Amino acid sequence: MSQQNGHKSSGGVVQRPTNPVGIVGYGAYVPRYRLPGSEIARVWTGGVGGSPVKEKAVAGLDEDVVTMSIEAARNALTRAQIDPTDIRAVWVGSESHPYAVKPTSTMVAEAIGAVPNTLAADWEFACKAGSEAVQAGIGFVGSSMGRYVMSIGMDIAQGRPGDALEYTAAAGGAAFIIGPAEDSLAVYEGTYSFVTDTPDFWRRAGESYPSHGDRFTGEPAYFNHTISAAETIMQEMGLTPADFDYAVFHQPNVKFPGRAGKMLGFTPEQLQTGMLVNEIGNVYSGSSLIGLSAILDEATPDSLILYVSYGSGAGSDAMVIRTTERLAERQGLARSTRDYIARRTEIDYALYTRYRGKLKMH
Amino acid sequence: MEVVNYWRMKKQRFGLEGATQPRRDAGESMYHEDTLPHTNGNGSAAATLTLQAERTETTPVDLFTKGVVYSWTTVYNAPAGFDAQAPYTLAMIELDDGSLLTAQLTDVDGEPEIGQRVEMVTRLLRTDGEAGVIIYGYKFRPVLDH
Repeated sequence: MSQQNGHKSSGGVVQRPTNPVGIVGYGAYVPRYRLPGSEIARVWTGGVGGSPVKEKAVAGLDEDVVTMSIEAARNALTRAQIDPTDIRAVWVGSESHPYAVKPTSTMVAEAIGAVPNTLAADWEFACKAGSEAVQAGIGFVGSSMGRYVMSIGMDIAQGRPGDALEYTAAAGGAAFIIGPAEDSLAVYEGTYSFVTDTPDFWRRAGESYPSHGDRFTGEPAYFNHTISAAETIMQEMGLTPADFDYAVFHQPNVKFPGRAGKMLGFTPEQLQTGMLVNEIGNVYSGSSLIGLSAILDEATPDSLILYVSYGSGAGSDAMVIRTTERLAERQGLARSTRDYIARRTEIDYALYTRYRGKLKMH
Repeated sequence: MEVVNYWRMKKQRFGLEGATQPRRDAGESMYHEDTLPHTNGNGSAAATLTLQAERTETTPVDLFTKGVVYSWTTVYNAPAGFDAQAPYTLAMIELDDGSLLTAQLTDVDGEPEIGQRVEMVTRLLRTDGEAGVIIYGYKFRPVLDH
């Protein structure tokens, strides 16, 4: 298409901003309720058959993507120790914005004190909406349009009762403040996205629950995009799996990211720190980002991290991130991802139906 | 009416912003006697703030976001709009700056204790029906250690 327009490709596919950019602060949020997979199986399959995760995080009656984003954003601000009025964009990626029309991002911006001199918008690209907002933040800060950007991936994922996705569709996510590399606790060394039109999972406008292409969600969707994005960025940057201390992938279940990591040549140890899905489920737009936040909680300075998101429809964003000396001094300033995971209150399926509005009241 | 309240109270509800008025006998603490009541969680105290604001010029102030449970009760028969979350615990919170305000507690199991440390979180308070605005605001939860 570019040649038809008379333009030629400019070459390299790995993207880097003009000015180096990194993560100034980050913060996670996971609600406290947990629904075990065995409880879903008890209701729908008579307990026969396994669950793709041990349990999933469920939001309470008074929580949604706005409230969860606000708490993660406040944690990110606490770590960054910046003035919120210096934030020039607040972007929230989610599949479960509470309004169809009225931005989540303006409410988050209001709550953290970033209004009024800021951009604000909600992003949508299935499970990689938040990761896309991070990339946009890299470009925005890297071109000096603003000093700081708040990019958030947060979801309360919808799973149709009885559907395979109900075992994993969960609530949680993370917020990242993108800023100049000299202020950062980790620096983006490169980012690359691999995108095609792939009909693996979708939700039509007005529908309460998503639809999916069953087995089609695997090879042509998750694995093709995740593996292609990871292989390309490593090849273009002259890196191999052995160069990385950590790797984190989108986590729709336990099996997929584990297999993707193995196919690429990563060891289970490299994946372990960022692998949260067995304990909190698939938090969709927040999945790979909260995995990254768990890694940043434990990493030491000068660690190399491979981050790869996946969003249905479909695409993967691969990023190479190196931690800096500033990480150690900011890790403990706010609650860790593990602090939230440890805050666990188990509920049964009956309470789950009330908390998630699945009861027909009239 | 919900939209008007939403607009007027957004700084209070999202940011726990209070207001002070100058003391007539200047000096001493700016809190306690001078801090205007904020809201009692169902929005009715907004009227108090407005009346006070008309009589006296007030200055916005960011209240502290941590404090202790001063007193509490459990609401089983909730007013219209709050019934979706009933039963819930309503508490008076004494903030670390000395202000006293009323708010719901959240993320509590069983009965809270007087003097228990709590912290502000932003949560969904209620919705104006299926199609109206969603009202967010402050609640307090037991302080999470980290």
